[in-house]
Amino acid sequence: MNFGFTEEQNLLKDQVQRFMKEACPMNRVREISKSDSTFDQALWQQTAELGWLGLTIPENFGGLGLKWIDLIVVLEAAAEGLGPLPIASQALASTAILACASEEQKASWLPAMASGEAVVTLGLYDEANWIDPAAVTASAKSTDDGFVLQGKKPFVNDALAANYLLLAVQGPNGLALAAVGKDQVTVTAQPTIDNTNPMASVDIDGVEISASDLLPMSDEQLAFLTDCGGVATTAEMVGAGTAILAMTNGYAKERIQFGKPIGQYQGVKHRLADMFVDLESYRSLCYFAAWAVYDSPEELAKAVSMAKGYASDAFAQIGIDGVGLHGAIGFTADYDAQLYLKRSKWARPMYGDSDYHMDRIATLGGL
Amino acid sequence: MDFDYTPDEQSFRQEVRSFIAENLPPKEQRGKNFLGTWLEKVRAKGWVGFAWPKEFGGSDGGLIEQAILKEEMSLAKAPPLGTSMMGLAWVGPGIMEYGTEEQKKKFIPDILDSKVTWCTGYSEPNHGSDLAAIQCKAELQGDHYLVNGQKIWTTGAPWSQWIILLTRTDFNVTSKHDGITCFLVPMDAPGVEVRPIQNMAGDKHFAEIFFTDVQVPVENRLGAEGEGWKVTVSALANERSSIGEVTQLQAKLDDLKTLVKNSKRQGKPASEDPKIRRTVAKFEIKISAMKYNGLRYLTKQIKGEPLTSETSVNKLHRASLEIEMDDFAIELSGQAGLQLRGGDEAVDNGSWSKGALNWPNVVIGGGTPNIQRNIIAERILGQPKD
Ligand SMILES: Cc1cc2nc3c(=O)[nH]c(=O)nc-3n(C[C@H](O)[C@H](O)[C@H](O)COP(=O)(O)OP(=O)(O)OC[C@H]3O[C@@H](n4cnc5c(N)ncnc54)[C@H](O)[C@@H]3O)c2cc1C
Repeated sequence: MNFGFTEEQNLLKDQVQRFMKEACPMNRVREISKSDSTFDQALWQQTAELGWLGLTIPENFGGLGLKWIDLIVVLEAAAEGLGPLPIASQALASTAILACASEEQKASWLPAMASGEAVVTLGLYDEANWIDPAAVTASAKSTDDGFVLQGKKPFVNDALAANYLLLAVQGPNGLALAAVGKDQVTVTAQPTIDNTNPMASVDIDGVEISASDLLPMSDEQLAFLTDCGGVATTAEMVGAGTAILAMTNGYAKERIQFGKPIGQYQGVKHRLADMFVDLESYRSLCYFAAWAVYDSPEELAKAVSMAKGYASDAFAQIGIDGVGLHGAIGFTADYDAQLYLKRSKWARPMYGDSDYHMDRIATLGGL
Repeated sequence: MDFDYTPDEQSFRQEVRSFIAENLPPKEQRGKNFLGTWLEKVRAKGWVGFAWPKEFGGSDGGLIEQAILKEEMSLAKAPPLGTSMMGLAWVGPGIMEYGTEEQKKKFIPDILDSKVTWCTGYSEPNHGSDLAAIQCKAELQGDHYLVNGQKIWTTGAPWSQWIILLTRTDFNVTSKHDGITCFLVPMDAPGVEVRPIQNMAGDKHFAEIFFTDVQVPVENRLGAEGEGWKVTVSALANERSSIGEVTQLQAKLDDLKTLVKNSKRQGKPASEDPKIRRTVAKFEIKISAMKYNGLRYLTKQIKGEPLTSETSVNKLHRASLEIEMDDFAIELSGQAGLQLRGGDEAVDNGSWSKGALNWPNVVIGGGTPNIQRNIIAERILGQPKD
């Protein structure tokens, strides 16, 4: 029994935190988010060289052969600085390839993903706020030498940065993932509240793909990938929550009103304590869920729903209190607290809001 | 990170389970002498004071084995491992750390053998949360101290033989944490008067105690004069793991789910009501959060990292669960939920309605939620004291 991180994992965390501070401080995050591509190729290449893109890719496919518990170390630490790097999307896409592709396809995709040469993202559902195989309505129909696609995927994370996309469709024999190149489809930015985590729609109407670019996917695999998305999102919520709590906690020690630091007033310090309680709690649940991805798949669904079910509402509140406890300065565009509040709104519905997850917990728990 | 147990730990768990299977008959089949026999047997196993050093009659048990023992015992809803609960939780550890050789010889075996029950005399009418400000007075007079003052909310005072008593021996101190001295006092000493207090659930578990010219021999002082605060704080730090509480809460959640399955709302199955499903799921999430928080803190302890005040996180979760779960159950059951044990339509023999009146045991007894939030903000987050 050991529910802690290893020496290597702690070193990895330090490495990511240092990288974010040096190579991608907040002013750089803001610049990248404002650019058209919302993507920094040079930064991306550095993350590839550090090995972060191949963490969960097996060694024989050019990766490091580690587990999701190692991956979330990177996701959490990068999210402390709101790193605008599609690491989670890349990891989800490689997890999808590992789950659904043939050995040959793995050999052609995964090494290029580990090296960063291919930037790949995953788009699963066509309906906002509906997680179910039936919420995949885009389709692939057989042609003489392959398939023709139909539909338009809304709100695909990191679609602008990607050069390949894996999109869930209803194929002739059930669910499948269609692999398409960016140049085959029309990607249109869909700006949201949070421009540090860009999304776009992907129009695939009439796009033709070869037979080998349609990867069969079972309902269970779709559910598994959705759960992995939940783990990745929650890990980022842990990192971003840690950062805004630290920022707010520090401010409360320094800001003087009525002759005392505001952190001395219980209206302030008790809110900080509650933020800490919630963050600690969804942190523990998140680590367990990440561990379960590889080591206890039968517990994964419930573990993810616990973590994301808790984090969705808790991080939203942490975002609000983080801004609120700063007073007016927190409301300003130049101050970073607002970026975290926006991230909390972004994360809330991703891979299921609290209603979805709590209902699933009730079902899994026999109600 | 791994949640597997070593073969040794697994076989220890197996040993606990087989012991329970052999020695814990269902409630209806337990005879008059059951508890006495049970206590003797767990004592013989070395499970009372399991983590205490061997030289004092403990087993030097490891942190994980201790957690396993607690978990299995509360899973089986077993009786306690000893009847001297406060003796085992903090009086014993306090004596082992600060006591004289005579005190150790005199008190430790009786705690382990469930022969003596201890109560805790800390709180006073005017000093609860602000414990360090206590005023109960002890004055050195030759070979004894003379104690005068009052304690209150002392759980178990009506049936305890001994009390661990916090007094003030010095009133001219700059810091209120100085000048406090701790004593071990027999409850039948002349001048000790106990008046039980009835709580809102109808029980008389706690009491107020008046001390009038009570003579306490110097050899009954625990730790040095003026060192009482240190003794108290370090003794209280002994009871940390929340593993047993999590299993108890899980069992309560199972009962709650059964109740939901058997209940109706507006004529329809309650289990289909989205609000009810969400509420039950929230309880389940909080209990799991306590479990995994607890395991993370346990791992820290095993690695020898100091635990600061993280346990306050789980105390806050537990406080809200204790209040909300029973309340939810009685609300679910309408007026029948309000009946106490024995009522003609009482739900689950009134256990929920009783629980809805009993939460202060947990929520106030061990330091109130406001105090837990102060602890987190000040000791973990480093905010200035208020
Ligand atoms: C069931 C039960 C069993 C107990 N058993 C024992 C026992 O065996 N031995 C023993 O010594 N004591 C015992 N106690 C007493 C217990 O430790 C105290 O009740 C507790 O510390 C609170 O003190 P108080 O009741 O005087 O409340 P107070 O300290 O007067 O608090 C009243 C209210 O003010 C709030 N408050 C106080 N200070 C602050 C602050 N700084 N900031 C914000 N809010 C504050 C509290 O949260 C509370 O809501 C028991 C209590 C209960 C309910």
